[in-house]
Amino acid sequence: MSGEVVRAEQLGCCYREGCVLEDVSFSVNAGDYVGIVGPNGSGKSTLVQALLGLVAISSGSARLFGSRCGGFSEWGRVGYLPQSLHLMNPIFPATVAETVALGLLSLKKFPRRLSRQDWETVDATLDNLGIYDIRAKLIGELSGGQQQRALLARALVNDPELLILDEPTAALDPETRERFYHMIADINRTRGVTVLLVTHDTGVIGQHASKMLYLDKRMLFYGSFDDFCHSPEMSALFGEHSQHLMCHRH
Amino acid sequence: MDILEILSYGFIQRALLAGVLIAVLCSVLGVFLVLRRLSLIGDGLAHVTFGSTAIALAFKIYSAASLLVSLPVVLLASLGILRLTEKARLSGDAAIGIVSATGIAVGIILASVGGGYNVDLLSYLFGNILSITREEVLIAAGLFCVVMLLLGLFFNDLLAISFNEELARVSGVRTRLINSVLVMLTALSVVLAMKLVGIMLISSLLILPAVSALQLARSFKACIGLAALQGCCSVVAGIFVSFMTNLPTSAMIVLINLLFFGCACGARRLITPGNSN
Repeated sequence: MSGEVVRAEQLGCCYREGCVLEDVSFSVNAGDYVGIVGPNGSGKSTLVQALLGLVAISSGSARLFGSRCGGFSEWGRVGYLPQSLHLMNPIFPATVAETVALGLLSLKKFPRRLSRQDWETVDATLDNLGIYDIRAKLIGELSGGQQQRALLARALVNDPELLILDEPTAALDPETRERFYHMIADINRTRGVTVLLVTHDTGVIGQHASKMLYLDKRMLFYGSFDDFCHSPEMSALFGEHSQHLMCHRH
Repeated sequence: MDILEILSYGFIQRALLAGVLIAVLCSVLGVFLVLRRLSLIGDGLAHVTFGSTAIALAFKIYSAASLLVSLPVVLLASLGILRLTEKARLSGDAAIGIVSATGIAVGIILASVGGGYNVDLLSYLFGNILSITREEVLIAAGLFCVVMLLLGLFFNDLLAISFNEELARVSGVRTRLINSVLVMLTALSVVLAMKLVGIMLISSLLILPAVSALQLARSFKACIGLAALQGCCSVVAGIFVSFMTNLPTSAMIVLINLLFFGCACGARRLITPGNSN
């Protein structure tokens, strides 16, 4: 797998209340693992939503696999785990297997029937993530960690080339969070899946991601974690002590 | 009077057949509506049905033919609710409230101007399944087939948007189209259910079987099946009990549904360990 997976050029998202994102330009190559970090309200989630065509772009452009986002239709190449799922309806009556199977709809044409082979794919994905034993449980009844694994399985079941995760660890305890980050790094390394991960954990994501994108409405940094740690701009932004703590957290 | 004797009456046979078909439709759609937090859309569209029925009666169009006036009006109203939420940046309940109030207002004005057909209009308010005609049964059967076919074709898309609309879009589901399909199917079912439980009680037929099933179901398909089963049982039991006790059928159907809901809540407390709160 090679080539450019994501490209944003002078991307901006402005609403009546003001601009959430301004003049963001970057590109992501196949196999990259990009950690998107920044303070609350810095536009991290808006950025990934704009890339996916979920929010309107007011200036610039965004492309996925070379196609402009508004006209992108190859959803089978993308796996997505949105932030809003932390507020998932606890009485939703779908089993883990039924929930994961929804991820295969991106590969289907109308009327999107699932075959026996599709269900075997669902089982294989659950098995790969070590959650086959909970396939018949209701998604709303799982612990935070199990739920997040099930939703990751949903994002991976269509064997995507690009995986976009929006604050996937927000509801997890530190130990489960660490395991989750290792799992994503493993998927990136062994399957060559390009990963875009939005998080607040600047220090932790730096241990795994190949690139960091620091956002505060505008893109303030885009490069490797090493460069991030030695960047005078980031040092000026965080203060030397905080930057040192972030870069040496293990 | 035994059950076989009751079943020998033509009006009971028609009521049971139409009632079961409508109950299945409402119960299945209700699961999606409850999960989409659109439970009250049935109520809103029922009020529009009241207005459209008043229009039909104003033009001296009665019985099965009045459905042909109600259907396009209620279908348009259902799409109007969706567009209001999208374009006017209103929440779903506010949009339903606006359309609902408009429907009632039109109905009241026409009833007031017409005067002479208030009794007919009242029969639509509270429903009377036992007076259902052969033509109405045929229309119910035809629409049942159409709605079930569309539900089957769009089932996975409906499930996807019920789970999470953003995720559904990234799975290539045309969420706007599927939302329109859902509210239009609901509109068809509401018009059909008007004769069964009446405009005032339609939302209970959409909501109660669905929320009962949500208490007990261990999978989405089981939830759909349980809701449909409760809908059918409540209609059959409601018709028999009301016939034997000489009480209104529509209200009896709703009360039996409420009883099922109470039982489902009780059963959930019993089977779910540690769920005592």
